[in-house]
Amino acid sequence: MTVVIAGASLAGLTAAETLRADGYEGAVIVVDPSTTIPADRPPLSKQVLAGEWPPEKAQHRAAARVPELALDLRLGVAATALDAATRSVTLSDGSLISADGVVLAMGAAPRRLPGDQPAGVHVLRTMEDCLALRSDLDKMPARVAVIGAGFIGAEVAATCRSRGLEVTLIEVAPLPLGRVLPGELGGFIADLHRAHGVEVILGVGVEGLDSITGTDGSQRVSGVRLTDGSFVSAEVVVVGIGVVPNTGWLEGSGLRLDNGVACDATCSAAPGIVAAGDVASWPNPLYGEVMRVEQWENAIEQGEYAAKRLLAELQGAEMPAPFASIPWFWSDQYDRKIQMAGRPSSSDEIIIPEGSIEEQRFVALFRRGDLCTGVLGVNRPRHVMQVRMKLTESLSWDSAFSVFA
Amino acid sequence: MKIVVNYDLCESNAICMAVAPEVFEVRDDDFLYLLTEEPGEELREKMEESVRRCPKQAITIEG
Ligand SMILES: Cc1cc2nc3c(=O)[nH]c(=O)nc-3n(C[C@H](O)[C@H](O)[C@H](O)COP(=O)(O)OP(=O)(O)OC[C@H]3O[C@@H](n4cnc5c(N)ncnc54)[C@H](O)[C@@H]3O)c2cc1C
Ligand code: SF4
Repeated sequence: MTVVIAGASLAGLTAAETLRADGYEGAVIVVDPSTTIPADRPPLSKQVLAGEWPPEKAQHRAAARVPELALDLRLGVAATALDAATRSVTLSDGSLISADGVVLAMGAAPRRLPGDQPAGVHVLRTMEDCLALRSDLDKMPARVAVIGAGFIGAEVAATCRSRGLEVTLIEVAPLPLGRVLPGELGGFIADLHRAHGVEVILGVGVEGLDSITGTDGSQRVSGVRLTDGSFVSAEVVVVGIGVVPNTGWLEGSGLRLDNGVACDATCSAAPGIVAAGDVASWPNPLYGEVMRVEQWENAIEQGEYAAKRLLAELQGAEMPAPFASIPWFWSDQYDRKIQMAGRPSSSDEIIIPEGSIEEQRFVALFRRGDLCTGVLGVNRPRHVMQVRMKLTESLSWDSAFSVFA
Repeated sequence: MKIVVNYDLCESNAICMAVAPEVFEVRDDDFLYLLTEEPGEELREKMEESVRRCPKQAITIEG
């Protein structure tokens, strides 16, 4: 028997580990266009970018387990085509594999600004990206402009600032993190950055980048032109405007692609084909909502689940219950540790049962009618997890709120 | 089986507590406490799960 895993990062390697842990003895072919096992990504916007950790320290635990897992690991090789009906997978080295099972774990790639990308303009996804940006920061640029105040942008701004650099954070939405947080909390994030001396520009879009021509004729970024006519002079620009799932190669595969690989409630995209991590979208029965989650822990949880689900199918065993999860993530900005569980929408009501925004240490619950849709904590990790454990049973507001009774 | 937590790495986010509350407890002071350093063999799977899920890779199993 042969299982092909596309993607040797968090979701893919977790799936491989799980297949072996659950006794699967057949071939496991893991392919990834990256020439090394990808680094664990969270430290790339935090400790490694700060210069506190050497790159080796951001190696993910699962990477060390590759030899004992007896994987056929093919680095530098991408999956380039799939026929979902026959599960034949074409690889970039020209080989064709006829697989019994396929795990799609290709993650996502950062969006870039349209047009030329002069030197000094960065995105942040891989260790290479991180080291390129870090070496530009080592040159002590007069100002760094961060475009996009999502979690990556906000963390990069915080890390650059703690390196003593001048930083401007530019966001087209009226508040940071508008995609994931109800308004008041976006305001908290903006204030947190301002209090640390970051210039935060909200509600203004980017018109384009300006660059200067060096003596050798090469182009180097000199600043960001904004839609209100103003100009932010910056020698380094970091673009954090979201990611796109890596599904291009699946066009014509017969799989449905809709904001990632569209799966059923058991993370299956077609018979013998499952997806996990940043690339997978599935209807989460706890929320009754189709979601795609770009978070570390989900890649592990879903990688495990998808592998178990696939194995059950290959062995003709009973299928597991649908993948019902309360997504959870953390973000470190300055000395604040932010954690969030659940999936609030920007219109949910915010209730703060512990601490206060002024103290910068609080828990916020999100309420929609009788439901608690999520919880966010700033330097309050225990409460976030306690609420999450309640939400895993049901989204009942009363039950979630009982944590604070 | 012995459980070792590297407290320099741990940031008390309590992921491990959600997996195995009989072993890991994050208390009111927001520190992680081990309720036992040598959990029984029946908890091995949960301990491996905690190791996998710990975002800071702070947990190791010895033996
Ligand atoms: C800088 C940064 C900081 C982060 N910080 C946090 C954080 O603090 N908290 C948090 O919860 N989350 C964080 N995340 C998110 C988290 O790292 C991701 O959710 C996680 O990496 C997703 O894992 P994945 O395996 O699904 O995808 P990825 O890690 O993106 O891996 C996908 C792999 O698939 C490979 N691939 C792509 N195309 C193909 C193909 N055609 N064939 C084969 N392989 C292919 C890619 O090369 C890649 O190695 C951060 C992400 C970044 C970039
Ligand atoms: S999961 Fe890891 S970081 Fe979180 S509390 Fe447990 S040991 Fe600490």
